[in-house]
Amino acid sequence: MVETALKELGAYVEAKRPDCVAGWEVANGELTVTVTPASIVGFVDFLKTDGTCRFSTLVDITAVDHPDRAKRFDVVYHFLSMFQNHRIRLKMAIREDEVVPSITEVHPSANWFEREVFDMFGILFSGHPDLRRILTDYGFRGYPLRKDFPTTGYVELRYDEAQKRVVYEPVKLVQEYRQFDFMSPWEGAQYILPGDEKGEGAKE
Amino acid sequence: MDGSKGFDDALTGEQKIRNFNLNFGPQHPAAHGVLRLVLELDGEIVERCDPHIGLLHRGTEKLMESRTYLQNLPYFDRLDYVGTMNQEHPWCLAIEKLTGVEVPRRASLIRVLYCEMGRILNHLLNVTTQALDVGALTPPVWGFEEREKLMVFYERACGARLHAAYFRPGGVHQDLPPELIDDIDAWAEGFPKFLDDLDGLLTENRIFKQRNVDIGIITEDDVLNFGMSGVMARSVGMAWDLRRAQPYECYDEFEFQIPVGKNGDCYDRYLMRMEEMRQSAHIMRQACEKLRQPENQGDVLARGKITPPKRGEMKTSMEALIHHFKLYTEGFHVPEGEVYAAVEAPKGEFGVYLVADGSNRPYRAKIRAPGYLHLQALEHIANGHQLADVAAIIGTLDVVFGEIDR
Repeated sequence: MVETALKELGAYVEAKRPDCVAGWEVANGELTVTVTPASIVGFVDFLKTDGTCRFSTLVDITAVDHPDRAKRFDVVYHFLSMFQNHRIRLKMAIREDEVVPSITEVHPSANWFEREVFDMFGILFSGHPDLRRILTDYGFRGYPLRKDFPTTGYVELRYDEAQKRVVYEPVKLVQEYRQFDFMSPWEGAQYILPGDEKGEGAKE
Repeated sequence: MDGSKGFDDALTGEQKIRNFNLNFGPQHPAAHGVLRLVLELDGEIVERCDPHIGLLHRGTEKLMESRTYLQNLPYFDRLDYVGTMNQEHPWCLAIEKLTGVEVPRRASLIRVLYCEMGRILNHLLNVTTQALDVGALTPPVWGFEEREKLMVFYERACGARLHAAYFRPGGVHQDLPPELIDDIDAWAEGFPKFLDDLDGLLTENRIFKQRNVDIGIITEDDVLNFGMSGVMARSVGMAWDLRRAQPYECYDEFEFQIPVGKNGDCYDRYLMRMEEMRQSAHIMRQACEKLRQPENQGDVLARGKITPPKRGEMKTSMEALIHHFKLYTEGFHVPEGEVYAAVEAPKGEFGVYLVADGSNRPYRAKIRAPGYLHLQALEHIANGHQLADVAAIIGTLDVVFGEIDR
């Protein structure tokens, strides 16, 4: 029932805006539309004003980092229509150096979300009124939610009794940061188990 | 005020007036946490208001990427530490949606019961401390007594007063003893009487009304433009509640009213929170009634891959023991996919966007907190108000920094 309604909506959106929509699918009871970065503002505006869609509320903007892909980031938008009672997810893949048009003109609530995505991933939004860092410390460097940023970070801070102020220092770990790999060997572990290389050598 | 730098009004006959910049917080008690507001004041009128957030940023989303799904659950308690179980809920819903696990009926009822308890915990804190912000000292003392009783119910169910970790993917951790259900029911029966007392203390109080009526008015356009949800959205008359609009768990079986406001001011939001508490107590009584019925007895966890085996079974069956060990070391695997699950948390729509890659850890989890958007709208709402009103507005925005800063 719900599934068919979402499929109808997906087909409708694609028919109305074929230039913006690169594809759509319904999975887990949710509609995901893949869009092209250049047309995002116009498309979001269409979703907001079109009578069938009426996605008047921006729920969330976030990004997902896939470092192994050429188009490294997925920028993900969630919208909700309180009038039609349905949700939609927009996704677009962008390269690391690509600039995304800001949708703050259409949805003022995008302001902080885009600041957060910039802060966490380093994705730039063109046309954003005030693209500052938001969640991290004043003077923070790096983009924490990128997969190549270590969970421990690079600096730590402590209060220095002699200088009477808080000082930043490179992170010193008493013990190596441990990340356990629970994959069982028969589930296709990618690493070489200690001792395995001897077996390989003996065969030849 | 300033204007003293080499300026002598006796010579020029002029007064140099410039706006006054004020740092509000991060250690101000009315900031409800670690909020730093940079206010630009013209006399006592707020001209510009720039919230600086992130002072409580703990990198929850980054940490979650290196922990298993079950280890991540307690992080949600630490987001909005006022009504904690409401935060665990969307995480469990997201995992259940991806793994396709059906929650047992009894667990579903317990979740509803404790979600409503969380709502009352949250509103009690919000209403009473907002009253404190505008000058009433007694309400928090009264309200926290009731909160204390509720936290005892939390403790009796899961052992912790705040950081519960009680909702688990596939159900709830443990069943409730019958005495606890009776006690909750008895409490919920007497609670409206307490609300009447609180009502008598605040609702018609002259000072309280002077500080709240027609303060922080929002319109329907503001609600849509700033993505507000929950009480904020309903205060302008939009009857939008996820429990009704997109029912999750078994909310569709319960009878409750959704209070909506008319004026969208601080006073309306206060009245709505009071009414929501009454409705929540009503839902809690219905849930207790249902939990006693014989057809609603049974297990509280969907036994399977994502939940531990029963203790007794573990003592006798080798497979169960292995399962238990693997579950708590490796964790369970969630099939590849992405999902967004949202609940009507006390503050508004609280959602989790989960991207799973088929391993035992989430590839990416984004927490969508309602307070983040409400605080963003603060500049819009507070402009043109007096400095003292900022405290009243922050109070009814219902912000908690655990969830905003994550």
